[in-house]
Amino acid sequence: MNKAKLIKSTVVYALLVLGSLVMLVPFAWMLSTSLKESFQVFEVPVRWIPSPIKWHNYVETFTGLPFGKWLGNTVIITLSTILGTLASCTVVAYGFARFRAKGKNLLFIVMLSTMMLPGTVTMIPVFYLFQLLGWMNTFYPLIVPAFFGNAFFIFLLRQFFMGIPTEMEEAAKIDGASTLGILARVILPLTVPALITVAIFQFNGVWNDFMGPLLYLNKPGLYTLALGINFFKSENNVQWNFLMAASVVTMLPSLIFYFVGQKYFVESITLTGQKG
Amino acid sequence: MSKPVSQQAAAAVPDTIRKTIRMNALRKEAIWFYALISPWLIGFLVFVLGPMIASFIISLTKWDLLTPAKFVGFKNYEKALRLDPLFWKSLKVTVVYSVFSVPLGLIFSLALALLLNQAAWGMRLFRTIFYMPAVVSGVSVMVLWMWIFNPQIGLLNTVLGYFGIAGPGWIFDPNWAMPSLVIMSLWSIGGGMIIWLAGLKGISPTLYEAANLDGANAWQKFRGVTVPMLTPTIFFNLVMGIVGALQTFGQAYVMTKGGPMNSTLFFNYYLFQNAFENFSMGYASALAWFLFVIILALTLVVVKSSDAWVYYEGERK
Repeated sequence: MNKAKLIKSTVVYALLVLGSLVMLVPFAWMLSTSLKESFQVFEVPVRWIPSPIKWHNYVETFTGLPFGKWLGNTVIITLSTILGTLASCTVVAYGFARFRAKGKNLLFIVMLSTMMLPGTVTMIPVFYLFQLLGWMNTFYPLIVPAFFGNAFFIFLLRQFFMGIPTEMEEAAKIDGASTLGILARVILPLTVPALITVAIFQFNGVWNDFMGPLLYLNKPGLYTLALGINFFKSENNVQWNFLMAASVVTMLPSLIFYFVGQKYFVESITLTGQKG
Repeated sequence: MSKPVSQQAAAAVPDTIRKTIRMNALRKEAIWFYALISPWLIGFLVFVLGPMIASFIISLTKWDLLTPAKFVGFKNYEKALRLDPLFWKSLKVTVVYSVFSVPLGLIFSLALALLLNQAAWGMRLFRTIFYMPAVVSGVSVMVLWMWIFNPQIGLLNTVLGYFGIAGPGWIFDPNWAMPSLVIMSLWSIGGGMIIWLAGLKGISPTLYEAANLDGANAWQKFRGVTVPMLTPTIFFNLVMGIVGALQTFGQAYVMTKGGPMNSTLFFNYYLFQNAFENFSMGYASALAWFLFVIILALTLVVVKSSDAWVYYEGERK
């Protein structure tokens, strides 16, 4: 019995370690390349630990190349979008969670079904609309839509709001709090984990968005990191060490947010997965 | 016997007035509802419903964005079905990718979740590691994989070389480009795994205890308890996986440009080429509607068939 158990757990852990290696080695590969001298990149046999370790690659990538500018653009777009999403989605989700009205169920179903709509169906008219507005080569087409809600996040927040008992709101109402006051002072403080989740999800989506910037930003000075990396990759003489350094920096915030917010993150995914 | 004061007072208010007060409260609530959801509602009209209608109208025209559109009826749809081999090619590429990447992703992520569920210690650490690749996405990941797939000096062929195997040309080989992208998609199965783990946690231990009493072996328990109890999760992962895979775009644009020899000409990439490289907005819009109908039909099939194979606890038949 004990021997069988031992064998079983040995197999389990052997597989888990093997799986972890498969997951981690690409990251190691990226990091290793990003710290190499240009001439070392194509050296055979591959040196996993570069010598010397060239930290200066990161400085060069973000000062000598336009990656610094692209990083700034990406930060501006991402932060504005997160702000817009949080503002609009909380208000809409509150409406769906707490207020009765004719047509509410129908609208809710309509909203959920928009999640299934492929983006390409609306892509061309929306592109034309933004062109008519003169918004080409501005950040508006990437930021403004966020202020009009997002079906998935509204759904997620509504799930959270529905789980909050109504007693506190009723007490606040008797004390004369306004509807928006109740949302801001009673509901939102209780849903901080959900708001963090939405912010992290939105961060990942916008930070890595490719199609949007590709459609609306054609001037290299306005590029986001995603566009910049793609642009830089298309050059004839690809400098993999700088490209990998840029990739590391692009991935880093997502990874940091994941490690910090892991608890909320996993819980929220669980919630959506279960009640989908 | 006299009634309590409040009820007397209530009785004193005529029914009609009470109704009006209630109506007013309801109306006020409805006004608040529409006010609160107005950002989404406006966004829906301006960015979804309006463009959908416009997109359908555009699909009936020949239009290059600059000169006036010309009405052509259903010619664009006809062209796709009867005259355009690339339409069928791109459809095939996309379906092949979905048929391999989605089920393989489900199987591997379930296997990971089952393994992780067995772990006595270190579960959090392994979970963190397995989920890491799912956190990063986009161009940086694609560029990383281009470097991994590099035939001369990439990670894959380097590791294969340690075992004396000469690896293929991966994304540069027409026969290997599609399998390469499927392999790459399997790197990020951590997202599916998290959902499986939640599903596994939701299975009551009493079911396994009952199975133990019946003398079931590990495989029988898996088939008889785990799989049926996980069907809602399978269902969710399957629908989301298919919808996502059918809309693959970045890999084709960034990594392969649809090649080599159109072996990775994904539908959305072909659509994008038509719209923003050939400026055939009418044809591209028709293509978008084909994709929409396909996704709608597939979703409906999965949803309808789910009655037969998805088991919901607490549901009465």
